[in-house]
Amino acid sequence: MTTSTSPARARILAAIRQHAVPQAELPNLAGDWITFPDPVAKFSEVLTFVGGKPLVATDRAELEAQIRDLAVMQSPEGAALPKVICTVEGLPFGNVDFAKVLDPHHLEDIEVAILPGEFAVAENGAVWVTDRVVPHRAIYFIAQHVVLVVRRADLLDNLHQAYDRLCGSEHAFDQPGYGLFVSGPSKTADIEQSLVIGAHGPRSMTVLLLDA
Amino acid sequence: MTTTLPILSHPQAASAFAQDDARAHWHDEALWFIRVKRDRQARSLPEWETLRDRASAIKTHTIANLADYLEQFEREATRHGAVVHWAANAAEHNEIVLSILRKHSVKTVAKSKSMLTEECHLNPFLERNGVDVVDTDLGEWIVQLREETPSHIVLPAIHIKKEEVGELFHDKLGTEKGATDPKYLAEAARKRLRQIFLACQAGITGVNFAIAETGGIVICTNEGNADLGVSLPPVHIASVGIEKLIPRAADLGVFLRLLARSATGQPITSYSSHFHGPTRPGHELHIILVDNGRSDILGREDFRRSLHCIRCGACMNTCPVYRRSGGHSYSATVPGPIGSILNPARDPKGYSSLPYACSLCGSCSDVCPVKINIHEQLLTWRHELVAHGHIKFLKKLSMKAVSFVFRRPALYGFAGKMARFALRITPRFLVYGPWNPWGKQRDLPVAPKRSFRDEFQQRSHSKSPAKRSAP
Ligand code: SF4
Repeated sequence: MTTSTSPARARILAAIRQHAVPQAELPNLAGDWITFPDPVAKFSEVLTFVGGKPLVATDRAELEAQIRDLAVMQSPEGAALPKVICTVEGLPFGNVDFAKVLDPHHLEDIEVAILPGEFAVAENGAVWVTDRVVPHRAIYFIAQHVVLVVRRADLLDNLHQAYDRLCGSEHAFDQPGYGLFVSGPSKTADIEQSLVIGAHGPRSMTVLLLDA
Repeated sequence: MTTTLPILSHPQAASAFAQDDARAHWHDEALWFIRVKRDRQARSLPEWETLRDRASAIKTHTIANLADYLEQFEREATRHGAVVHWAANAAEHNEIVLSILRKHSVKTVAKSKSMLTEECHLNPFLERNGVDVVDTDLGEWIVQLREETPSHIVLPAIHIKKEEVGELFHDKLGTEKGATDPKYLAEAARKRLRQIFLACQAGITGVNFAIAETGGIVICTNEGNADLGVSLPPVHIASVGIEKLIPRAADLGVFLRLLARSATGQPITSYSSHFHGPTRPGHELHIILVDNGRSDILGREDFRRSLHCIRCGACMNTCPVYRRSGGHSYSATVPGPIGSILNPARDPKGYSSLPYACSLCGSCSDVCPVKINIHEQLLTWRHELVAHGHIKFLKKLSMKAVSFVFRRPALYGFAGKMARFALRITPRFLVYGPWNPWGKQRDLPVAPKRSFRDEFQQRSHSKSPAKRSAP
């Protein structure tokens, strides 16, 4: 079946086109959109508000130390080390080789995923991540804890700047692919509006801004 | 869902809900709390009104060129390797879903929140055909386990108390008897649903936005359930109402800034996923474009703008009638103010009571992020229903409609303040509309058409958001 000749397609398009709807212009998206005198402070404030944990590191040594000290990286006494996937270059934390995981179902017992974020947005505490840097996009959801590393230079003020960046000369959506704004851990308020962190996905989300 | 009687169905169903004063009051409070959070977010952005204007203009343009954008979307999505299907109605949609699932011998499918699949009654259809469907949004799953339908489009289980969830989970999941701690209960759900995510052979999702320019689809959740459901199994089926189109990817800058702030008072949902084609070899992405009455609404000038709706639920949270009558009283997939426009468009006779489940206070139009003139359309509906003879029991209807919400003082909680509000709003409720014998006989001064709204706007701007001053 080729969809482009399906009878429903013709019917729907005809049903729409039979109505004369007055033309209206598509507005441009330029605007006096909000910016922040201190985007790092704003980002940290908003990420905390949505249940995430913001950290700032001024060099790679500090970055490493900060991650090593995270509560989620500690193994309870006598227990095995938590399973960690790390795809951020130069960090020594991974103990599972992500490239060798052929089936995303096998990621189920991953405790911590340390992954690079492409850029972050101060107004809503979101980080843009893609499937280009990971073999399975499921990792962003199936790991118990997610740690994202973003360069301070890649922190934007607002979402319009984010899409300007994504839709620039190298349009991010020109090729098949997957991209995601993550803002905080997985959460739900479906039981009497009480906020519960860790609905089905990550129980925590840490963002490290690397100011170097 | 049982089909309820036409005409008096909303007042009847609503009074059943309002019988339980404590519950109605609790429901009212819970939704108002979300409305307050929404206000806080809206106020935090100086450009809020500019964003609403842009969103409305983008939607108006899109609807005026919808056929072209649908074709462009199909072209681009196909280029990325997605399979695009078209369904003129619910039956066609359901058949397409089933045929894809059959082709892959799917026994269990994980479904994330999708009002469109609710509208198409997909679950019972698939179950009749031997497919296990699991709703993976926690609220929807609770509702599914209770064999109910969602009572709100964003907060499907907003009508259910934690004690009831505790009982349900004790029954179905073996949690401790009497447990009511949301953390404990959500953890039990997490355990079971993660098993489902790992076991399912396909995932079904709704879609928040479909981008014509790039052929991409965008899905927003807080739980991450949509992504878990479609990132593990090899098949992703996405059902899209044709009104979900936006022209450009960059338009998301406008819509994603408005959506979660309006819906739950969050700056953005935890996850906003952008899918362009299937991204792994052997995986399939099926996108079903569904009309199911939307092209009819597009042809009706008075109601066309209702197609702008991005399903944020803000109009429900703010509606005094919805808050006190509960979502189920609308007997419809989309309840509340916007539902009271969309449902009569599909079935004027069956849903003729819905445009009357409204005090015309205009609060819905004030909060709507895409600036739908909701309360004006509801008034237009009343005229239309009368003109077409769908309203027969005028007197009875008006009396019932008034009573179910405003008669019970206990519903108002903040007795003084709310009673004043009720007094102020009730006469207007009675006189508005050509159907009311009162309004005709009495020579009431012509109420300035916008006075209540104007006043409300002033009040809501001058008072602190925590104060509950008006709907
Ligand atoms: S009509 Fe407006 S406020 Fe109501 S759900 Fe739709 S977008 Fe939200």
